[in-house]
Amino acid sequence: MLALINLLLLLFLITCAIIVARTRDLLSAVIVFGAYSMGMAIIWQQLHSPDIAITEAAIGAGATSLLFLAAISRTRRYEE
Amino acid sequence: MTDMVLETVARIIIPFIQLFGAYVLMHGHLTPGGGFSGGTIIGASLILYSMVFRFSPRKHRIEHDTSLLFEAGGAILYILMGLLGILFSKSFLTNRGIFPLGVPGELISGGMIVVITLGIGMKVAGTVITLFQELLEGGGEHHGHN
Repeated sequence: MLALINLLLLLFLITCAIIVARTRDLLSAVIVFGAYSMGMAIIWQQLHSPDIAITEAAIGAGATSLLFLAAISRTRRYEE
Repeated sequence: MTDMVLETVARIIIPFIQLFGAYVLMHGHLTPGGGFSGGTIIGASLILYSMVFRFSPRKHRIEHDTSLLFEAGGAILYILMGLLGILFSKSFLTNRGIFPLGVPGELISGGMIVVITLGIGMKVAGTVITLFQELLEGGGEHHGHN
C-alpha cells in the first residue's frame, strides 16, 4: 500500500516536471511548480527526513513561488 | 484594484501561518525545523501580507531599514552568544555552564540553542523580505533609492 502511494507520488512529480518544462504560460508553470514542491515535501517525509520536508514546503511552495511571481510581474507572462 | 475574497482569506490565514512559524522557531531544539524553516515561514507570511494589501492606502510594506535591522540584529545576536562562550568558558559557542541546560525534552532546555535559533530566524525572515521587495520594487538603474 505504502509502495503504491510512493509510486503514485513519483509519477505525479514526473508529470509536474514535464508540464513545467513544456507549458508556455509562465504563471501556470509557477503554480504547477508549487504543486511539484508539495509532492516533493511528502516524498521527503516518506524518506524519514521531516526537517527537509518542512524546509521544502516553506521554501519551494512559499518563497520560491512568490519570487517567481515577482519576476513575472516585472516581465512578461507568456513565453515566446 | 482590491479583491475582497483575497483580502478576507489573507486576514484569516496570516495569523495561523505566523503562529506555526513561531512554533517551529521555539521548538527548534526539540522537533524538526529550526531557525531557517521558521524564519522562512514568518518571512513568507509577511510577504503575503504586503502582496495582498499592495493597493490599500494603509501601511502595508516593511521598510528597508526595519528589515535591515532584523538581519543585522540576528547576526549580532548569534555572534554575541558565541562570544559569551569565549568569555565564560573555553571556546566559541560553548553551551556548557552559561545558561541552565534543563531537562532534555522540555521546552526550556538546551541552554543557548533557543536564543541562537531565534537569531537565525530573525536573520532569515529579514533576508527573505529584503530579497522579495528588492525584486518587486527596486528598479533597474534606480539602485539605492529604498
